[in-house]
Amino acid sequence: MSDPSTSPMANAPFANERVLKRLRRRRAADRRFKWYGRMAIGFALAALTLLLGSIATQAVSAATYHVVTFDLSFDKNTFGDVQPDSPPPVDRVYGLVRDDLLAEFPETASSPALRHDLLGLVTRLAVLPVAKDLVRKPAEIGTKRRVELPLSDDLDLFLKGAAARHLTVPVGRVKAEEIAGNVTLTSEATFARLIAAASLENMQPPEMPGTGSILMTAGRSTIRLDSLAPSRVTGTLLTGTAQDFRTYPARARLIPAPESERTVSDLQIAWLLALKADGRVLRVPHWSLLTHTDSTQPELAGALAAIIGSLLTLLVTASLAIPVGILASIYLEEFAPRNRITGLIEVNINNLAAVPSIVFGLLGAAVFLGAFGLPRSAPVVGGLVLALLILPVVIIASRAALKAVPQSIRDAALAIGASRMQTVFHHVMPLAAPGMLTGAILGMARALGETAPLLLIGMVAFVAEVPRGPTDEATALPVLIYSWATQAERAWEPMTGAVILILLAFLIAMNGVVVFLRRKFERRW
Amino acid sequence: MDGTLGNSAAETGVLPDAPNASVRMSCRNINVFYGEKQAIFDVSLQIADRSVTALIGPSGCGKSTFLRCLNRMNDTIEGCRVEGEIMMEGKDINSPAIDPVLLRSRVGMVFQKPNPFPKSIYENIAYGPRIHGLAQGREDMDEIVEKSLRRAGLWEEVKDRLNLAGTSLSGGQQQRLCIARAIAVRPEVILMDEPCSALDPIATARIEELIDDLRKRYCIIIVTHSMQQAARVSQRTAFFHLGSLVEVGDTDQIFTSPRDRRTEDYITGRFG
Repeated sequence: MSDPSTSPMANAPFANERVLKRLRRRRAADRRFKWYGRMAIGFALAALTLLLGSIATQAVSAATYHVVTFDLSFDKNTFGDVQPDSPPPVDRVYGLVRDDLLAEFPETASSPALRHDLLGLVTRLAVLPVAKDLVRKPAEIGTKRRVELPLSDDLDLFLKGAAARHLTVPVGRVKAEEIAGNVTLTSEATFARLIAAASLENMQPPEMPGTGSILMTAGRSTIRLDSLAPSRVTGTLLTGTAQDFRTYPARARLIPAPESERTVSDLQIAWLLALKADGRVLRVPHWSLLTHTDSTQPELAGALAAIIGSLLTLLVTASLAIPVGILASIYLEEFAPRNRITGLIEVNINNLAAVPSIVFGLLGAAVFLGAFGLPRSAPVVGGLVLALLILPVVIIASRAALKAVPQSIRDAALAIGASRMQTVFHHVMPLAAPGMLTGAILGMARALGETAPLLLIGMVAFVAEVPRGPTDEATALPVLIYSWATQAERAWEPMTGAVILILLAFLIAMNGVVVFLRRKFERRW
Repeated sequence: MDGTLGNSAAETGVLPDAPNASVRMSCRNINVFYGEKQAIFDVSLQIADRSVTALIGPSGCGKSTFLRCLNRMNDTIEGCRVEGEIMMEGKDINSPAIDPVLLRSRVGMVFQKPNPFPKSIYENIAYGPRIHGLAQGREDMDEIVEKSLRRAGLWEEVKDRLNLAGTSLSGGQQQRLCIARAIAVRPEVILMDEPCSALDPIATARIEELIDDLRKRYCIIIVTHSMQQAARVSQRTAFFHLGSLVEVGDTDQIFTSPRDRRTEDYITGRFG
């Protein structure tokens, strides 16, 4: 050491080729590892963004929906007998809606099939909230009221452009002649643009069978084109009068899908466009998603019952799993002797945390429903099952938090004569509390997202009433997602996405609470 | 204090090799086991009141283990078993009749690493008196806190910031805070487990001064790796080796004319 010439570093301190090579290799390994880490994080973030993005884009169309306004007069002759305790007069209210629609579109008077199609715009159950209102406030009888009724989901999707893809081509002013429902339109400006658009869409000339429809609308009148030539088109009047085509500029809608393959007919579209031209179709925020309970009609369905059901379930879970889990972890970590029995308990807790949740569902069905005879589909049973499910998670997290408290704090407290319990509750618990809380709330978050055990104890039931207590029939958010996602109708898809977002919002709120409480506790200490 | 451990004046004996010192604690045939492994072999030691007894010896010789027997801190270690008799005021502290909680309030302990509670300086001191019900009210508690901090030589440094976290102090101050915390419950014996090993020389010197000052009121037993420290602060020294007590005597005698060959080898630096 004292003689510099004997040290290899002294001769060529930083230029020894072998040393440098090794150094380069080491640095390259460092760099590689850093990049592996970045790639892993990038991949995870990309996957998450993709997932959330696809759900959000799906859900965004459910954020608003279309309603039709009706001016209904609840005259005393029809509704005079409505009392605060009578059943909601759904049929009579719907009768008003039906009369209004039939008066609006007299061409349906001749055919029951057409009437059926027309009434498909607004389903009967859509008036249920109005009818209930009427029962609650009989003072409204004898008055006129403007109500907004949700448009049938298929037409809603059509207007949103999600079902029966269509495109609009402005045509402008035309000349129109009508002979017995057949309308001939001529124009100085030609229909060349329309023809080009149709051929772009691979649409056959309209007279061919099996092809899509071209609808031409002016004002509140619509015709379906039968022939299409550069300067002259002919069509059948679906609704309205030829007069509108002389008064208002026309626009054409190309619907490439044949009518037989669509959920909405050309006539329904024509009626819808007429109502829209009257300003009676509005796009409004879809609050009913939060304020309505489940329904067989997508436009009427909401997640309220599931939200309340989830909250009740979580309440039961929290009031059982958190105290039991935390006390168990304190006992195991701070008081229990380390012997074979506690070792066995520990191993079993760890194993229980890995048991598939459906097994807990089976257990719940067998024990709580079978042996104890608790009510089916009730949040109390769901809560008990989920409490058992997350108990190991809570215990493990709490024990980890207690373990992380340095032994020196315990020693310090014991050495000045604090008892075991004083040591734990005065010194160890406050330090472990943020970790324990995190464990508890993450367990709750897991319980909130759990589906399988709830299916087995019957919480998948169709629930049209908001549960009032933990023993009422209820469903939960993830189960609602499951049952909506398995529905065939297209309209459920965005609704499912929206409920997923509601669930995520709850989870984010819970995690926010964790962060807030952690901060608060850490400041205190 | 209360009478659980008996009246001290009636029970004190004298040390055989130092007839003018009264005995505070008397250990006979102590054996300590960690599971199957024996850590302390048949140690008998008498500890004089109002003086500093230093326990020295190489690492792993069992001096910390022995120290922790004296306030039953070994109870908290899983699988640790203590045999033998440790008499304090005529009672065996290991007997079931003695509550370790009460014992520890009379035999305080300061650890190797300063371990203040993550609370304010005031709370650190006040916690012990509070759980033992030593203060009658707020003023009483303030007085205990001030007196303890004064005795630990920390009052002047912290009197304006008693609400600051104890952990925000420097290492040496933290250790004096821990000493003040131990004093606050009015112990008779203070055990110190290498109290200066985590401190710099200046902080160490302050703690040593403090120990010298405290011995007027308390019986102090200190485990140390530094023989200079043992020589500086203690009146009596016990040398441990491989779990056995090799030699015990006046510090002057141990360092100048050790009777045992192993003691001589250790203090002259030939092993350890």
